[in-house]
Amino acid sequence: MADEVLTAPLVLEYPFTRTTGPVIGGFLTGLREGVIHGVRRSDGTVMCPPLEYDPITSAPLSELVAVGTVGTVTTWTWNGEPRAQQPFTQPFAWAMITLDGADTPMLHAVFVDSADDMATGMRVEVVWRDEREGHITDIAGFIPAVASTTGEPAAMPSDVEQVQSVRTPIRMEYTYTPGRALSQYLRAMKDKRILGDTCPETGEVSVPPRGVSSVAGKPTLPELVDLPDTGYIESFNITRVPIKMRPDLTPPYVSAWIVLDGASVGFMGLGMNVEPEDVRVGMRVRAVWKPDDELEMSAQNILGWEPTGEPDEVIADYALVGRIEQGDDQ
Amino acid sequence: MGKERAAVLGVGQTKYDTTYPGSMAGMLREAATNALEMSGKRWDDIDAVIMGKAPDFFEGVMMPEVYLAEALGCVGKPIMRVHTAGSVGGSTACVATSMIQSGVHETVLTIGWEKQSESNAMWALSLPQPFATSVNAGAGGYFSPIIRRYMMMTEAPELIGCMVALKDRKHALNNPYAHLHQPDLTFEQVVESPMLWDPIRYSETCPSSDGACAIVLGSEKVAEAHDGPVAWIKGIAMRSESGSFAGRNMVSPAASEACADDVFAQAGIHDRRKEIDAVEMYVPFSWYEPMWLESLGFAEKGQGWKMVEEGATSIDGGDLPVNCSGGVLSSNPIGASGMIRFGEAALQVMGLAGDHQVDGAKTAVGHAYGGAAQYYAMWVVGADK
Repeated sequence: MADEVLTAPLVLEYPFTRTTGPVIGGFLTGLREGVIHGVRRSDGTVMCPPLEYDPITSAPLSELVAVGTVGTVTTWTWNGEPRAQQPFTQPFAWAMITLDGADTPMLHAVFVDSADDMATGMRVEVVWRDEREGHITDIAGFIPAVASTTGEPAAMPSDVEQVQSVRTPIRMEYTYTPGRALSQYLRAMKDKRILGDTCPETGEVSVPPRGVSSVAGKPTLPELVDLPDTGYIESFNITRVPIKMRPDLTPPYVSAWIVLDGASVGFMGLGMNVEPEDVRVGMRVRAVWKPDDELEMSAQNILGWEPTGEPDEVIADYALVGRIEQGDDQ
Repeated sequence: MGKERAAVLGVGQTKYDTTYPGSMAGMLREAATNALEMSGKRWDDIDAVIMGKAPDFFEGVMMPEVYLAEALGCVGKPIMRVHTAGSVGGSTACVATSMIQSGVHETVLTIGWEKQSESNAMWALSLPQPFATSVNAGAGGYFSPIIRRYMMMTEAPELIGCMVALKDRKHALNNPYAHLHQPDLTFEQVVESPMLWDPIRYSETCPSSDGACAIVLGSEKVAEAHDGPVAWIKGIAMRSESGSFAGRNMVSPAASEACADDVFAQAGIHDRRKEIDAVEMYVPFSWYEPMWLESLGFAEKGQGWKMVEEGATSIDGGDLPVNCSGGVLSSNPIGASGMIRFGEAALQVMGLAGDHQVDGAKTAVGHAYGGAAQYYAMWVVGADK
């Protein structure tokens, strides 16, 4: 279908760093040493895992208390389809577990063969990860406790290095849909055509098309318009130092606001086949396309923009974008 | 309109730095505790907490207001998060003020923060998108062509931006909370600093900071009972516009001018340059000082750079000192940066700005902008009701 919207996977991931502070840092240090700590609240009860501030009174909390490695399931649910980054790859139970010596439960995974092996009130014991680093994942999960296990807290070694920060990677997977107007634009890109859409009130042309006019707040005209692959540089930036996030771009390079002939709004494009020092505001440019056999439904078909050699555009008002023929309407 | 009066009773900050040594919750707690201390209020006195920070990807904490309720004494009380990109600190203070103006609450704690050490803002601002091309990385690549426009349009001398950068870094020396303290910095060093996003030099950009800023606001009744100076809020305004549309004035967006017109009208200010004693303006890249001087109506169009050149915006002899705290160019915990502008403006009229106090300041402006220069927030505060 010609007007079917496109989709593509989009993955965002980043290893955030957390500065822990002394309470969470102390808890994580304990995990590395095989000891689980709670924190004593102002009313004397022990909260595990610990929080830095009392959930009722907001008072700062600081006294870490070692608790047991065996505890009681207070409620649970079955997870039949584990996802990536969950504690086990096979189905397991999520359970609220109150460790011996603690007054509040922690949420964690209990590894059993089936839901039939789970019960509220059952006793479970911690399973440590083989290599511990001072991270919440040092606890691999829980299993039903063997009767002989006491779960008495181990002694915390003295003079150990405190955990100050942890890495907490996040990863999110989206299905990205560019929408109907942009999908039409991307399909046309495969044929080296550039489409824009028109504001029903002002007649101004936006490229890429958006389906809605930001000025009028109304849908754009249904018929998209073809624009040439020539235009001018409205203004530009020269990035002169390497940007760590963009190893694919070698400085110095020019990122320019390109206004296509017939368009009313500019977009960012890469300057090509020109020395950065020679780039000017008003310079006439044309698109540099990928070879025909590499064309896709993507704006990446345009590698960049190179000078045409024509005389520069004269821009009357440098403050305005895409309105070289109109005066200051402020 | 029948609005209730609102006033600032206390401002609290953390030392802005590359890395705050404690947790995020601890950082907010410190700023909030400092604000409470100045205000003479206790946790129990606070009716609601209004918080703001930059987009979630900047730190990767989703719904931070849930995690932070205990640290901010907010169990059992309303808590709300405001979100307008880099202007968020200002918008958050505006929303918190409106909670009092509307008569809903008597005493409100508002707070903005960022812990840039936990993340990478450059990454968060350069997220990939399928089907699209991207040639930019970070905010500087976006703002540099707009600054180039301003320079061409006004024919401003090339080193005006360097003058702003040096001025704000010198101002920062008088602010113990400022991130950058560069006592030996010279104009030559600023000028010779490498071009990053030409025409923006490295020295003309803001640092990446950790920090939080909190403000305690009170109703007229609460403020009258306060033992100490307060800053009366004379006007608040917010505006926004799309980041790209036909005919958009990128150098002085219509939303910016409308925001300024609104807030000065509320405050009864007619001659902005004459009647305002101190400005805390959101200047993350040095050239935005002359650009905002024009956009906010402190200078005629094309004349803002002359105020910089004449030293009018310096605390040393200028008639309109701008960013006496050192500004965003000296400290940039993004989500807090707008709140710091608002808080510093309040400190000036309270007479509590310490070594960067403008003598006799009676009326001051806090200003913030965000996104693709899309979101605006301002307030005018005064020593007199």
